[in-house]
Order: sequence, then structure tokens, then C-alpha cells
Amino acid sequence: MNKLKLIVKREFLAKVKNKSFIVMTILSPLLMVGLFALIVFLNQKNSEEIRTVAFVDESNLMESVFIDSESTKYINLTELGLALAKEKTNEFYYGLVYIPKKDSLNELASSILFYSNESPSLSLVGDIEHNLERKIRDLKIEQLQFDIEKIKAAETVVTVHSENFSGEKSSKMGSMLKMATGGGFGYLIFMFIIIYGTSVMRSVIEEKTSRIIEVIISSVKPFQLMMGKIIGNALAGILQFIIWMISAGFLMFAITLILGPDATEVAANSTQITNGVVQQVQESAMSDIQLALQEIKNLPILTMFFSFIIYFLGGYLIYSSIYAAIGAAVDSETDTQQFMMPVLMPLIIAIYVGFSVIENPHGPIALGFSLFPLTSPIVMLMRIPFGVPWWQIAVSMFLLIITFIGIVWFAAKIYRVGILMYGKKPTYKELYKWLKY
Amino acid sequence: MKPILKVENVYKTYGNYTALNNISIEIPKGSIFGLLGPNGAGKTSLIRIINQITLPDSGSIYLDGEPLSQNHIQSIGYLPEERGLYKSMTVGEQALYLAQLKGMSKQEAKKKLLFWFEKFDIGNWWNKKIQELSKGMAQKVQFIVTVLHEPKLLIFDEPFSGFDPINANLIKDEILKLRENGASIIFSTHRMESVEELCEHIALIHKSNKILDGKLNDIKQQFKTNTFEVGLITDNEDELLQEIGHHFNFEHSSSKLIYADTKLIIGLKNGETSKDLIQFLNAKAQINHFSEIIPSVNDIFLKAVASHN
Repeated sequence: MNKLKLIVKREFLAKVKNKSFIVMTILSPLLMVGLFALIVFLNQKNSEEIRTVAFVDESNLMESVFIDSESTKYINLTELGLALAKEKTNEFYYGLVYIPKKDSLNELASSILFYSNESPSLSLVGDIEHNLERKIRDLKIEQLQFDIEKIKAAETVVTVHSENFSGEKSSKMGSMLKMATGGGFGYLIFMFIIIYGTSVMRSVIEEKTSRIIEVIISSVKPFQLMMGKIIGNALAGILQFIIWMISAGFLMFAITLILGPDATEVAANSTQITNGVVQQVQESAMSDIQLALQEIKNLPILTMFFSFIIYFLGGYLIYSSIYAAIGAAVDSETDTQQFMMPVLMPLIIAIYVGFSVIENPHGPIALGFSLFPLTSPIVMLMRIPFGVPWWQIAVSMFLLIITFIGIVWFAAKIYRVGILMYGKKPTYKELYKWLKY
Repeated sequence: MKPILKVENVYKTYGNYTALNNISIEIPKGSIFGLLGPNGAGKTSLIRIINQITLPDSGSIYLDGEPLSQNHIQSIGYLPEERGLYKSMTVGEQALYLAQLKGMSKQEAKKKLLFWFEKFDIGNWWNKKIQELSKGMAQKVQFIVTVLHEPKLLIFDEPFSGFDPINANLIKDEILKLRENGASIIFSTHRMESVEELCEHIALIHKSNKILDGKLNDIKQQFKTNTFEVGLITDNEDELLQEIGHHFNFEHSSSKLIYADTKLIIGLKNGETSKDLIQFLNAKAQINHFSEIIPSVNDIFLKAVASHN
């Protein structure tokens, strides 16, 4: 036990003192926050820029459509006529909307033009189209002699609220949240396994190529050495993640303070609310937010937390012992390719399946992959926020633990033989033989 | 006296390949034991079994009378042929780490390390990284780490490789001192002159089998061919040679260490002794050199291996 502790400590320190580890640990949060800040900054810059759009309305029907907004200013150039207006726009403005005079509204609707130098912003054209549509509709309603007020009063926004049979309400926002947490956890495990599994493998190869391995295993059992490596690297990884979380959180906070409260609202602001139904939409948005809050409270947080830990440990241990066995089987990192593919495969499949699982969290694919131990750490974690029957979690964890024991046993055998083999790259057949030594 | 290490009927196979076939060896306490054999004979397999790196398929091993177990790791020091150190760790750090893995406390290890570093005149290396050292320098560190915990049994596999003659001598002296202080040493090498110089016992393994085992002197006696090298002074060489030829087989020697005109290697027949030869020669010529030809370890090695091919 004492020796295991020594090995864990050495592996941990060797990893943590490594320059690339230090650089990664410090730089990553800065990069992440920097990227975030850049996006926010660009967004703000973008919304600060005010575009001036001119219009020529020969029909004299549409003037009321062009109301200045935060990002767009409209100028009426109808009096100049189209030719002059075009010239002027070309020189001074972003674009020109040309509305010709037509006999019928339908004809008018299909003959409106937008002139601009560069291809116009899609959202701007979309807004203009949308506003014109509403105006033309209103005009049509007038022609047909309907009461506009009554029609407006009849407009409704429908939001379907969902609720499960035990009475828990859920909202779309809540589902998004579940996707985000599940996906986030799954992805975190995926990244951790790849980064730190590879690091275990490198460490094994280093001991082999530096030829220190024989000295070490004359003092400790190969199994102890392997487990020491796996644990030591995991601790270094956990430390790195904690540092990232804390510093990223701190930096985010700082950025928010610097850029002002606007920064956090950027994302929320992107949804456009139309005139007529503002209030209702706001109301339903309010209740949606309340529901989402309710759902955060109702998320199986404890289950999520504990299953995260178990799947994290199980998944990492399974994969890192495979990585250790690969490291032991080869002489240099360039030889690992052949063995890496079959290891990465289930992980990549798990991520793909995981993201489709979010669409249908209780389908047969979701169930299958969340039971299969090589994919369950990722897929099951993505499912759990949506509520998974306890027996499925139990079966999946049981399979995970059985597989973990089997794989570690298997990897330890290969490791034990492999670390003392130099020279040629073994074939799968030879690896199978090693199991029997 | 009880042997320090007793290997009894050890078998080891890798798949279809037999690495060790019924090997039994006893290593006397306080001796230097040469474990010899051509490349691929099975020496490393045996050494790894003694170090409990691998387990034998069958057979038993006793260290100082007790069946070999994990507790004995502290009692053995092993310097493998394929040896290295962590490239990015400092010399002091990894020496401490390796010593602690052998069960020493940190304080004890540090104290002894400083002593040895001083002794080998490498005290200022403590904070250097291995990649800054030359191969020979790294070898010194490895030697220290091997002997630091004062094990009862030391196993050196090609200990002199990578050393210049000065440092090789330094290491040889240290090995002899360790033996004086009571350690028993297994010494595996292809450099026969150092076997000649250091070993009291040898065992020869060839193609997974032990083909020779015992005290070096006994083995030499066993391998000697009753042959003598003589230097003679005579007026009539032709006549002398003719007469010797009647009684014995002989050939000319080209030894530079004999200061006589007639230098011969004479083989005796069964039953004849050196006494007979001296009497015979004394009557015919003046003898200024007379020595028995004792086979070198190198000769024994070649002969034994050839006879088992």
C-alpha cells in the first residue's frame, strides 16, 4: 500500500511539474474566457453599429412599415425618385428598399426590391420582409372590410407545457437544460478519458524507453505500478479541472463586471418579439423561466452527482488501463496507432449516440448503449437528467464494474509481459499469447 | 554454511519456448557467483525470477533458507543490463524515490545517498536532471541506487558496461568491498576476464539448461588437459625434440613470457604426472620455465558450449 502511495505521488508530481501541464492549466481558462469575451465584444460591436437603410415607396402605402430600431435607421427618399435614390444610397447608405406602384397588393408583394453594394444581412432583409408582410396583410384585411382590432384580439400564442404522470411539469427550456447538463457531463468524461488515458500511455512508454522499468518492477509489482500511474494521472487531471473551473468562473465573473451586465444578456436578446403579442409572449416566457427554475430544483441532482462520480471512475479506469496495456505493448508512441483505433471507436460512437439520445432519451438505442459498459459512462450520464428507471442504472453500473475488473485484469497481464519486451511491435495474436504467460 | 540463495528445479516456459529447463543453483554466502551463458541462454529469465519480476512455472527458490516472498524485495539489489533512469527527474529525487520503493525511509535514504554521492565525488549532481548527465555518470547513480539499501544479495548484470576503465575499476573495488562486508553477489557478464578476476563460483547456462556449475578452481581442474608449457635450454635442439617426441605429444609455444630458445607445450598421457615430465626433461636439458596450462574461463566457456551444441 505504501509503495502504491509512493508511485501515485511520483506520477502526480511528474505530471504536474511538467511544463506543458502548467502551460495548459494556466492558458486554457484564459483562452476560453478570451474567446467568450471576444464573442461578447463582437456582438456588442455589431449591435452598436447602426445601419441606415433608404426606401423609395412609390405605392405610398408602406411608409409606416419603416420604423427606426436599435440597429437600423430608415430614410425616406421617395421624393428623389428611384434613379437618384440609388445613386445616393450607393454613396451614403447601407441599402435601398424599392417599392413600386402596382395595381394589386399581390403584385406589389412580389415586386419589392432591395439594392445594396454587398449581399445584404439576412436578418435585416428578414425583418423588412416580415414587417412588409404584416402591413400587406393589414391592408388586405382592410380591403376585405374586416375589423383589424377584432382580428388582432383573436391572435394567440400557444405554448404546450408538458407534465409527466406524477405531476412534474417540464418546459422546453428545462429540456434544453437537461440536454446541456447531460451532454456536458458526457463530454467532460470523454475528454478526460482521452487526455488522461493518453497521458498514462505516454508515461508507460517513457518508462519503457528510458529502460528504468526493470529497476522499478524489481521493487514493486507491475500491477501496483500500473494502478499507481492510473491514479496519479487521474489526480493530476482532477486538479487541472478544479483549477480550470475555479479560474474560469472567476474570470467569467471579472469579465461580466468589466463588460457590464449587457454581456450576459446578449444571448437572451437574440430572440425577436413581434408587436402584437408581446405581452402574451412575455407572460409565457415568464412562466417558462419559472418552470425551468422549478425543473432545476427537480433535476435528480444527487443521482446525477453520484452517478457522475461512478461512471467517471469506471470509465476512466477501464480506458486508462487499456491505454496502459497499449503503452506496454509498444516501444514508441508512433507504434500506438494500430491499437488506438479500436479504443477510440466506442468513445466516439458513444458521443454520437449520446447526442442523438438526447432527442429520444428512452428509446432502444439509448437503452442499449447506456447499458454497454464501454459506452455507458458517456451515454448513461446524458440520459440521467431525463429520468432513468433505477434498475437500468443498477444494471449498467453492475456491468461497468464487472467490465472494469475484467479489463484491469486483462490489461495488467499484457502490461506485465509487455513492459519487458523490446524490439518488435507485437501483433494481436501475440498479445493474446501474452495473456497466458 | 547455508547458501544465501537456493534455486531448485526451476522451469519457465513462454508459450512453446522453454526458457529455463530444470535449473538448480546454490549460491554460497559471501561469495561472488558468476552466472554465465551465451546470449539468449536464459540468464535474464533466471535473474527475473530471483527478483520476483516473473514467476517460475514450477520449482522453488529460497533466500537465506526462507521461501522467496515479497518481503525479500528489500534483501535484494538488482542492477539490470537494460537500465535507465527517469529523464526529467533530478538525480536526487529519483534516487530517493527508488530507495523508498525498496522500503527505506526518506531520512535514511537521504543520509546514505549523501554519503555515497560524496564517496563517488558526485555530490553536486543532486539537482541535475539525468538528461544533463553522460551515460557513465548515469551508470554511477544506478550503481548507488542498487546497493544503497545494503541488501544481502546483489545481482549485477553487466555492471561494467558504459564505464571507462577508471570508473570500471572504481566499481570493481566497490563490489569487492561489498563482498567483504558480507554481501553475496551474482555477477552476470560476457567479459570473461572480469569473471576470472572476481568470481569464486560460476554456473554456465546454455540453451535453457545448466551445463556447468561449481567452484571456479574445481572447474578449472576438471577442464585442464594435463598440459605443460616449458622453456628449455639445450645445445642440440633437434635431438632434444626428437627424444621428447618419442615419449610425449608436443607443439611449439609462441609465448613471449618464456626466455628460452626452445619453447614447447607438452601434453602428458594418462597416468603420467608433472614429476615424470620434469625428471625426463631434467635429464636432457636445462629447464628455465615450467608451468601447467590452466584453461581460462574463456576457454572453458567455449569448450563447454561447443560440447553441448
